[in-house]
Amino acid sequence: MKKSRFPLYITIAILIFFYLPIIIVFAQSFNASRFGGAWKGFTLSWYWKLFSDKNIWHALTNTLIIAVSSTFVSVILGTLAAFALYKYKTKLQISHNILIYFPLVIPDILMGISLLLFFVSLNIGLGLVTIFLAHVTFSMSYVAMVVLGRFQDFDYSIMEAALDLGATWRTAVRKIMIPYLMPGIAAGGLLAFTLSLDDFVITFFVSGPDSTTLPLYIYSMMRHGSPSVINALSVLMVAFTFIIVFLSKKLLEAKE
Amino acid sequence: MQSNRRRKNEVLLTLPSMGWLILFFVIPTILVIAMAFRNSDPYGGIGDQWTLDTIRDLRNPNYPSIIWRTLWLSVVSTIICIVTAIPASYYISRIRKKFQDIILLLIIVPFWINFLIRIFAWKVFLHPEGLFKQILVTLHIASPDALLLYRPEAVLVVIVYSYLPFALLPIYAAAEKFDFHLMEAAYDLGANRLQAFLRVYLPGIRMGLLTAIIVVFIPALGSYVIPDIVGGPSSEMIGNKIAQRTFIDRNLPHASALSALLTFAVILPAAIALTRKFFKEKNSASLGI
Repeated sequence: MKKSRFPLYITIAILIFFYLPIIIVFAQSFNASRFGGAWKGFTLSWYWKLFSDKNIWHALTNTLIIAVSSTFVSVILGTLAAFALYKYKTKLQISHNILIYFPLVIPDILMGISLLLFFVSLNIGLGLVTIFLAHVTFSMSYVAMVVLGRFQDFDYSIMEAALDLGATWRTAVRKIMIPYLMPGIAAGGLLAFTLSLDDFVITFFVSGPDSTTLPLYIYSMMRHGSPSVINALSVLMVAFTFIIVFLSKKLLEAKE
Repeated sequence: MQSNRRRKNEVLLTLPSMGWLILFFVIPTILVIAMAFRNSDPYGGIGDQWTLDTIRDLRNPNYPSIIWRTLWLSVVSTIICIVTAIPASYYISRIRKKFQDIILLLIIVPFWINFLIRIFAWKVFLHPEGLFKQILVTLHIASPDALLLYRPEAVLVVIVYSYLPFALLPIYAAAEKFDFHLMEAAYDLGANRLQAFLRVYLPGIRMGLLTAIIVVFIPALGSYVIPDIVGGPSSEMIGNKIAQRTFIDRNLPHASALSALLTFAVILPAAIALTRKFFKEKNSASLGI
């Protein structure tokens, strides 16, 4: 039977669909015309405008503070959760697992509004602290899932052997379990970090007047600012993402 | 004694994550449902009386059309994602491993870009003064005053754009494990291409299909940013109404009533996903969200 070429065409169409809008944004960021109906010459002025905007730097600082702190806490909570799920097969762990799974499937807007109501009812002022609490809540589940994936192939008898040979529990965890889990913990941490950098909806609900993060700032620029400046910012962020991914890949290769 | 100690260790180990999720996830979710039965006070806070009025307000003439639009946009975008992901993942799983990895990377890379910026890219792309519109006008496909942005179709396209990779990856994972000799066996036994596809291939990848449907449909139901940026007032979804009631009218009980409605809408598919995960066959693709 002759092979159908239809699946190939669909795959090509999907890849074009994925890249077309991004390519337009890249071209637009260097276009002197605002909407790009026509090419009115190459310019870097949008980039200059971007760098002279002081609010961006403030937003970037907030974003990094939240990303670093929420990643740190969610890695600890997520790893503990994964260990409990791996080690015990009880009814408690089934409900624990379901509870961890839920934040992964619930739409962002529901998590945003419920946390907002929670903080408002408790009279907690909205700001960096509430954003941090929200980010830990959604990142933790992702970390737990990634670390649990790494745990699946872990042979617990190695730990028991170490304990039999006189190692203390603390030493066995530090010298055997943590090194084994490290790739999973690192991958989970990287995921938590990117999720935190990327989050708009939940942050939007629980942020206060002085806690603007980069996505919140981008959103307000989309509503009120010049689209060409956002194009320039998009290009820089994409470049930044690629550098991070490239570096983390190099780091992992160097370790192996 | 031993089992008592083990139990104590288990509780100590489970407490941090479970306690955190109960405090910041379970209680807030219950709170949303409870607040739907409260009145609102004139200062934008929550009143101190229990009432059914907030729920009754959901019959407000605007809502049924918004709920209906949210549903059809989610259903149609899920169908489009699945229907395009099936042939594409079939193709990817049939080529050499090296090319598989390259195409998968090409699929994932655009999604490293910030969510807002990807949606904004569509706004630039479909803009009335943009290049794409001009090409359509030159080719006489669209009239010069046709509007590509600010309509439900634009929202649909961008929802598909945002969630298609989440459909592609689990279906690909299932297709990659599928034994294609079964297709040849079906042909040998006299099945034509369509029969083999419908009765052998699709059942073979059903777990991937189910995961794909859930990971596209649930977030689509909760869409808020996409209709907010590329849709106009005629393309609002439930998510937009929740945000409006929260930030513009400052009527939190009303926002809660809408959120409670949305919560019940996503609980059904979420429950299917969870039952499948915990009580039926383990599918590694479902972890790859």
